[in-house]
Amino acid sequence: MFDYQFFIEVLVGGLLSGVMYSLVAIGFVLIYKTSGVLNFAQGAMLLFAALTFVSLVERGVPFWLALSATLVIMVVLGITVERTVLRPLVNQSPMTLFMATLGLSYIIEGAAQLLWGTQVHGLDLGIDDVPFEVGGVLISQFDLFAAAIAGTLVTTFALFFRYTRTGLAFRAVADDQFAALAVGLRLPRVWAAVWTAAGIVALVAGLLWGARLGVQFSLSLVVLKALPVLVLGGFDSVAGAIVGGLLIGAIEKLAEVYVGPLFGGGIVAWAAYVVALGFLLVRPSGLFGQKLVERV
Amino acid sequence: MTTAAHPVAGRRLTANHLGIAVLLTAAYGVIPFAGSDYLLDAVLTPFLALALAALGLNLLTGYAGQVSLGSAAFLAVGAYAAYNFNLRVHELPFLVSLVAAGRVAAAVGVGFGLPSLRLRGFYLAVSTLAAQFFVQWALTKFGWFSNDSPSGVIDAPPLAVAGITFSGAVGRYLFSLTVVVISTLLAIRLLRSQVGRNFIALRDNETAAKVIGVPLLRTKLLAFGVSSFIVGIAGVLWAFAYLRTVEPAGFNLDRSFGILFIIIIGGLASIRGAVLGAAFMVVFPLLLSRLGAALLGDIFNSGVLEMSQRIVIGALIIGLLIAEPRGLIALVDRLAEPILRRFSRPLSRSTQS
Repeated sequence: MFDYQFFIEVLVGGLLSGVMYSLVAIGFVLIYKTSGVLNFAQGAMLLFAALTFVSLVERGVPFWLALSATLVIMVVLGITVERTVLRPLVNQSPMTLFMATLGLSYIIEGAAQLLWGTQVHGLDLGIDDVPFEVGGVLISQFDLFAAAIAGTLVTTFALFFRYTRTGLAFRAVADDQFAALAVGLRLPRVWAAVWTAAGIVALVAGLLWGARLGVQFSLSLVVLKALPVLVLGGFDSVAGAIVGGLLIGAIEKLAEVYVGPLFGGGIVAWAAYVVALGFLLVRPSGLFGQKLVERV
Repeated sequence: MTTAAHPVAGRRLTANHLGIAVLLTAAYGVIPFAGSDYLLDAVLTPFLALALAALGLNLLTGYAGQVSLGSAAFLAVGAYAAYNFNLRVHELPFLVSLVAAGRVAAAVGVGFGLPSLRLRGFYLAVSTLAAQFFVQWALTKFGWFSNDSPSGVIDAPPLAVAGITFSGAVGRYLFSLTVVVISTLLAIRLLRSQVGRNFIALRDNETAAKVIGVPLLRTKLLAFGVSSFIVGIAGVLWAFAYLRTVEPAGFNLDRSFGILFIIIIGGLASIRGAVLGAAFMVVFPLLLSRLGAALLGDIFNSGVLEMSQRIVIGALIIGLLIAEPRGLIALVDRLAEPILRRFSRPLSRSTQS
């Protein structure tokens, strides 16, 4: 007999962990939308933010001070990246820029661990990870908290894009770089702002993931969890990142529980990729991605 | 990757040929006798394996423009396939299992290259990651691949060709060298044919290539196949000539990135670039550890070494992409040009007359 309650529990757990994936994916989308760069360094930024925050807290810096200090550091990082990496590489092919972010991820990972050491840090955000029951289904309190944070973040960004001048500039640049330049928008400034925004997303995601997994090198590997999400949702859609994250989270958990035993388990490593790939073969630009127009 | 390919050199004898002849003479005639075991085993053999792997990836990424982030998977497929051919087919000559392993890698490569027919750019790059994770998982999960050894560790069989066993540091080096030289010659041959030109057309403008009648489907799959074949053979060298005991965990994402970095640093779409990049990637950590130990002493432990290595390589990649997207080889060429011009003139004149 099929155990529906268990199924729903797995599904809800998957959806909630999917929120965490979305959180990482949103950082990618922000940068991809406005500058056409697939920023592989997003994972490294996440690690860097979480590691900096934890190390500050461990050295006795109060929570809010550490948070603001890390925020400032991420802003500086965003501006530095724009200055030293993006500006000299303007007008290069997307692949060149992607490779540059690969290099960037190595630099940030190396620097983060050189600065703060390679040991694992525990991170306590003050939220108990106690599951509670809703209609017979166990739900993790921490996951709900993460979902709430993600929801707030997305809403803030949505409002920001909708109602501020900087947000308008973001959308203009995302829509058409040349037109944006022609009406006098300063691309470098927009890019610095968008990398800063991605840095903030990285900080939030880093803290949540860090509280879950412990702050350590493997944190930068969550980037690999976010890639299938992006493929599924489309690289340039925030909505896609959210829906894609939820889908991947749910599919991954369900596959591990129901399909995994057929292969002897451990399929989490690639299940998401296979699903994303299969999907791509049907819709090459993802769920919400922009259609590519082919011209010679 | 809009770098123009080098114009294919004519059949004249140039300084290039002379340089290669000198290098080969040294590689076969001097190094086996003069090199210490340490140099051969820890520097030259891994260099040869990496150079071959980078050459394979360069065919796919540098020439055909399809970025792959899963090269280590094909290294692993090559290594484990050769191991199994050697183990399961009785008295199969090692050369046959080497080529068969390359073919298995090529088949797997074509399989994972299928998405390239519909996907481009980042979507394709992400899909090659699937190969990376899937292969590593399969090799660890299914004991059959490693003859049921714990955590998938395999030990290298002896490298025996036509009754001669290539044992010892010198033997393994010579074996690797020969495999690399032959594969490189074949790759050069391929690149100068119509197929090679199709690769470049595909890279430079896929839609335009399609319009002028380049068979995209065949060209893409061929690029994946040939590239994986060479990377697979490099995997056999890496596993059997260099490490001699390997486990699937050794073929991780970092290894894939390492090979990609070799071609970015050495030079995309350049065979000499792949070789130079591999040399750099092998020598650089050794130099850095010596330098660090000399300058900083005990603070410079292995952890610090690894991190500073990451930082320098990352910075180097960004720096090269900004300043010289054609890689170190373009830099070397530019420096060597005035010297070479002096030598090449009389040489080419003598062959023309």
